[in-house]
Amino acid sequence: MGLELTLRNAPDVPLEAEVLSPDRVAGLSESDVAKLVVQHGNQQAELGEFFDVAAGAGGADLQLIGNLSAVKMIGAGMTRGTVLVDGNVGLHLGHGMSGGEITVDGNADDWVGPEMSGGRIIVKGNAGHTVGAAYRGSRIGMRGGEIIVHGNAGNEVGNAMRNGLIAIGGDCGDFAGVNMLAGTIIVLGQLGLRGGAGMKRGSIVCMNDATVLPTFSYACAIDPVYLRLYLSHLRSFGLHVRDDQITGRYHRWSGDSVELNRGELLLFEQ
Amino acid sequence: MHVGKTEIVDTFAEAFEMWAARVVITADSDKWAMAAARSMTGFATSVIGCKCEAGIERTLGGDETPDGRPGVACLLFAMDAAGVGKRLVERIGQSVMTCPSTACFNGLEAEKTVVVGGKLRFFGDGYQMSKRLGARRFWRVPVMDGEFLVDDRFGVQPAVGGGNILILAADRTAVLAAAGAAVAAMREVPGVILPFPDGVVRSGSKVGSRYKALMASTNDAYCPTLRGYAPDSRVPEGVHAVAEVVIDGLDLAAVEKATRRGARAAAGAGAVQIAAGNYGGNLGKYKIGLHAVMDGADGS
Repeated sequence: MGLELTLRNAPDVPLEAEVLSPDRVAGLSESDVAKLVVQHGNQQAELGEFFDVAAGAGGADLQLIGNLSAVKMIGAGMTRGTVLVDGNVGLHLGHGMSGGEITVDGNADDWVGPEMSGGRIIVKGNAGHTVGAAYRGSRIGMRGGEIIVHGNAGNEVGNAMRNGLIAIGGDCGDFAGVNMLAGTIIVLGQLGLRGGAGMKRGSIVCMNDATVLPTFSYACAIDPVYLRLYLSHLRSFGLHVRDDQITGRYHRWSGDSVELNRGELLLFEQ
Repeated sequence: MHVGKTEIVDTFAEAFEMWAARVVITADSDKWAMAAARSMTGFATSVIGCKCEAGIERTLGGDETPDGRPGVACLLFAMDAAGVGKRLVERIGQSVMTCPSTACFNGLEAEKTVVVGGKLRFFGDGYQMSKRLGARRFWRVPVMDGEFLVDDRFGVQPAVGGGNILILAADRTAVLAAAGAAVAAMREVPGVILPFPDGVVRSGSKVGSRYKALMASTNDAYCPTLRGYAPDSRVPEGVHAVAEVVIDGLDLAAVEKATRRGARAAAGAGAVQIAAGNYGGNLGKYKIGLHAVMDGADGS
């Protein structure tokens, strides 16, 4: 049986709570979980000062309830299990995770799944900037796994990502896939400016027309079979993918020629 | 034992342990998927001369394939897992990748896998791209009509090869009618292929030969022309033609089920006698007794 943690006292400064992970609470009693240490601003505190801990009624290993916009690092480093959040979440959701699944029934702040290597994050609302990105000064972002955002996302989605799948159900901001090394970004809404700037390999797919950087060259219109698999996969998670987007053609642009020029930008043929 | 007027001989088919893979070929149309499947499973009647045995398992609707396009499921058998891998690389590379609009997917979840797409990717000459979705890795090889998508790895599993029935009838017309009925019934069984032309082989073989270079030679015991001449003829009076249906399956249960269905269908279509080929039980791992199989329930 899982645990259910309900936010009782909203933190007045950010709460760093990487202990909110199935790996960290596995095998602990409710009272032991309440004693786990979190960083509240510049002070250490016990988790129980902020959350009521009880046995979970749902199927998730860890269910978090409340507006957790000020709670950072939920699911950081997790390797297994499931986390379900009823509410919004703060920065660094699923930071460096390698397995398991986090579902947020709300919005997520910046840095969703930074440098994660496996597992899946589902955000049913919007996400902030730098989804699946590399941290500043780091050369590699997301290395594997999946991030599925049903709503919109901010800038620098998939910055320097090397593997995995990021799907944005709505629009995304500028510089999607900037410095991308490989992997796949699919945007069902509008793609912001300068998508794929500096990308070496990988795929950025958008269902709408977009402004293409002059360092990309047009190749042809194709119907990539792999995209059928990806889009059908996303549809199974409730993203609104139309039949004609699965079977239709895409204009392929190759880039970025300032780098290896082996990435691709696929824009759905309207 | 008789089924109607057809005698079921109290003998057994001797089958062997093989390794198998399932290949799912998709294309823009049924026509091209079938064209690739026929090519990939061509010249794959017997491991003796073809290094593998392969056949079409069934056609697939768009709701059954990974990419939603029409497809064909094929099974390929070889004597070991490495052999399956080699034959897959050869045949998918030469017959599927070359066929317009196709993609090729692993159709068998198995603990053991062999690298296929990971080898075929080199045809891309450095322009190939990798895609990973969940635990599955694909290769996109650029070709002249777009790109060829193929799974990096294909599952392989132990399987059963060499199951068979021998259909004895009054003449060639009758034996082909009975064999045709048997083949149609056997093809309804999932996980089974009949690797010979349209499922039927007339040149059944025995192990060995009087010529040292040959490891197999004609099954003289069932050649009607040799009745009264070959020392161990098993062609009864009134029989003037014999056909064999060879069955390869993903497991013994599938081969037994196909054997039962095929024998019943042949019996109902005018066969005089149903027998089976074996080597005295000295070579194969499996003995599929005809009487035991015919007594079994269809679900067993």
